[in-house]
Amino acid sequence: MGNGPGRDAVPRTASPGLRLPDAPCPSPRARNNAQRRSRCFVPTQQTAPAAPHGIRPRAGSPARHGAPPLPHVSGISPLPVDLAAMLDALPVGVALLDTDCTIRLMNRALETLTGFTTAEVRGIPCRHALRASICLHRCPLRRPLTTASGVTVATASGAHYDMADDGNLPPAQEGDILNRHRRRIPVRMSMSPLRDADGRVVGWLHAVEDLTLVRELEEKTAKGEAFGPLVGRSVAMERVFQALPAVAQNDGPLLVTGETGTGKDTLAEAVHKASSRAREPFVKASLSSLPEFLAESELFGHRKGAFPGADENKPGRFRLAQGGTLYLTEVGDLPLSIQGRLLAFLDEGVIYPVGATDPVACDVRLVVATNRDPEQLVTEGRLREDLFRRLSAVRLHLPPLRERGEDIEFLLNHFMGHFAARMKKTVRGCSGKALRTLLDYPFPGNVRELRNIAEYAVTLCHGETVMPAHLPAYLFQAKAEARRAERERRAGRGMPGAFDATGATGATGATGEAQPAAQGTSGDGGEHLARTSVSDLERRLIADALQRTGNRRGEAAELLGWGRSTLWRKMKQYGMC
Amino acid sequence: MPATLLIPLYRDEVAPRFDLAGEALLVHLDADGAELSRSSVLLAHASSEELCRIALEEKVRAVICNGIDDEFWQYLRWKRIEVIDNVMGPADEAIARFRADVLRPGDILFHRSNA
Repeated sequence: MGNGPGRDAVPRTASPGLRLPDAPCPSPRARNNAQRRSRCFVPTQQTAPAAPHGIRPRAGSPARHGAPPLPHVSGISPLPVDLAAMLDALPVGVALLDTDCTIRLMNRALETLTGFTTAEVRGIPCRHALRASICLHRCPLRRPLTTASGVTVATASGAHYDMADDGNLPPAQEGDILNRHRRRIPVRMSMSPLRDADGRVVGWLHAVEDLTLVRELEEKTAKGEAFGPLVGRSVAMERVFQALPAVAQNDGPLLVTGETGTGKDTLAEAVHKASSRAREPFVKASLSSLPEFLAESELFGHRKGAFPGADENKPGRFRLAQGGTLYLTEVGDLPLSIQGRLLAFLDEGVIYPVGATDPVACDVRLVVATNRDPEQLVTEGRLREDLFRRLSAVRLHLPPLRERGEDIEFLLNHFMGHFAARMKKTVRGCSGKALRTLLDYPFPGNVRELRNIAEYAVTLCHGETVMPAHLPAYLFQAKAEARRAERERRAGRGMPGAFDATGATGATGATGEAQPAAQGTSGDGGEHLARTSVSDLERRLIADALQRTGNRRGEAAELLGWGRSTLWRKMKQYGMC
Repeated sequence: MPATLLIPLYRDEVAPRFDLAGEALLVHLDADGAELSRSSVLLAHASSEELCRIALEEKVRAVICNGIDDEFWQYLRWKRIEVIDNVMGPADEAIARFRADVLRPGDILFHRSNA
């Protein structure tokens, strides 16, 4: 900022009410003009000789900002107002500069930002005190004087600013400052002229806004780490992120919906961590696989002797989560009797442990999740409607990965970076072909599946770039099937579910590109296939291969391009042994 | 002991920022502190790294500067180069005070008639 008007650029008149050092006293006419133009800066009667610049001292004022007495403004109240105190109340850094761009006053916020007090830097060029990156090269006051004929005038003193033509200052600029403690602070800076009654510039008001927090937030957002491990940049996820803080602060029950692998557990934990209960326990309960009485005991606890084998009192998940959050997965799988007890808890805030006659008060926030459509569960009678109504007051839906657009690539890089760091590898990204394959894949397993694929790829990749050969083979089979289905759909033909005549197996070749291996079983093309799970596809491939080879597993494995043990493992997995 | 000073320059002043200085002044002093010679170094572009490299190459004993990143302050100190930072004012005045052994970090050398 310091290359502004030089010392020869003396102001022609002074400001009426807010006057800076070295400005001559305003004339009575100027004062009258000022009264007309502004009610904020009205000069008071001069009762003492004006101080340099016309900043008038206040008797008895504490001289916090250094040797000269404090400046004040008048016209706001019957008594003059202490300008320094007024500026100190502002949350942004403010400096008052004279026409030479030397510091006259800095408020407390700017003193804190720069590490210098006004007393230390008063009277020195602002570029030395502020040390902003824009001072030397992009100072808004550093404009060449231009004559009416358009000729640029350079002045010997370095005063480049045309005092009469200051209406076109650039808007706020961003840069950084280096403070006294050698810390670089990102800032937004703006400059406004201070004018006298005749509109002439008598000084500058320099505002400096600290952007440290903004930058940190931007950095977090860029990394997609606004809510811990829940990451994403897509519009769909952005909506979730925007709602999350408010949802977290609301202490009522929360229903989280979303397909399997979309991150419901992670979201529930993120809500807990962003809530006022963050210091208390987060307890997760997955009870769908337990028999009813065990699930009840697990959730609500039991008293000693409540049933055979209940040798001790058991607190249950509710009481373990006391003060914190209880997260229940798959609410639709809970027995209706437990759902009724959950409803009672939501209404009364108490639970009844199995075998207990007295209620136990519980201060717990309930977060439940389901990977199915809750309305459908209600229709099917698997979820109590009254419980659903209570739970769905606040509801968050996690979109499937296929609806998250650019998140696939972002998450892929995120996970690959994570696994590369963990495995101490130098994997940096995917080749174009590998990336296209992944982008075309419907990801029925959502983020969890993408994470597993990234781990697989990083494990196999020994270079810097993940090639198609480093991706799981089933990705190419699914792709080939989708392509075939699309062709069939266009041709308007039926699609018998069998291998093609060549008997190609879909194994990856040397380049990692898959050969067409199998065809779909429905004629409605890619949309249907997008919903077909990978396990269904594999099951069908195995069945077809076994049929073609007369149930000879060795030949079937060869046909599929798998090892015998892989085929056996998968058959066992799908219950085909 | 002979010494060499490095002062990043902005016009004839100590540059407000070490990292944005496009020019540096090298001042060679003899064992008694008398000035032997001066040389000016113009940088292709402002760079803290380049100034540090020059300081090491020229076996500079002290760097007189105003604002400097902590990273480069630490680096120069690690290389046993004295850094007198937060010095605001004309370079000549800073050199004179250094020779008189009275220059300290944070010295403001501008003449402030209104202060």
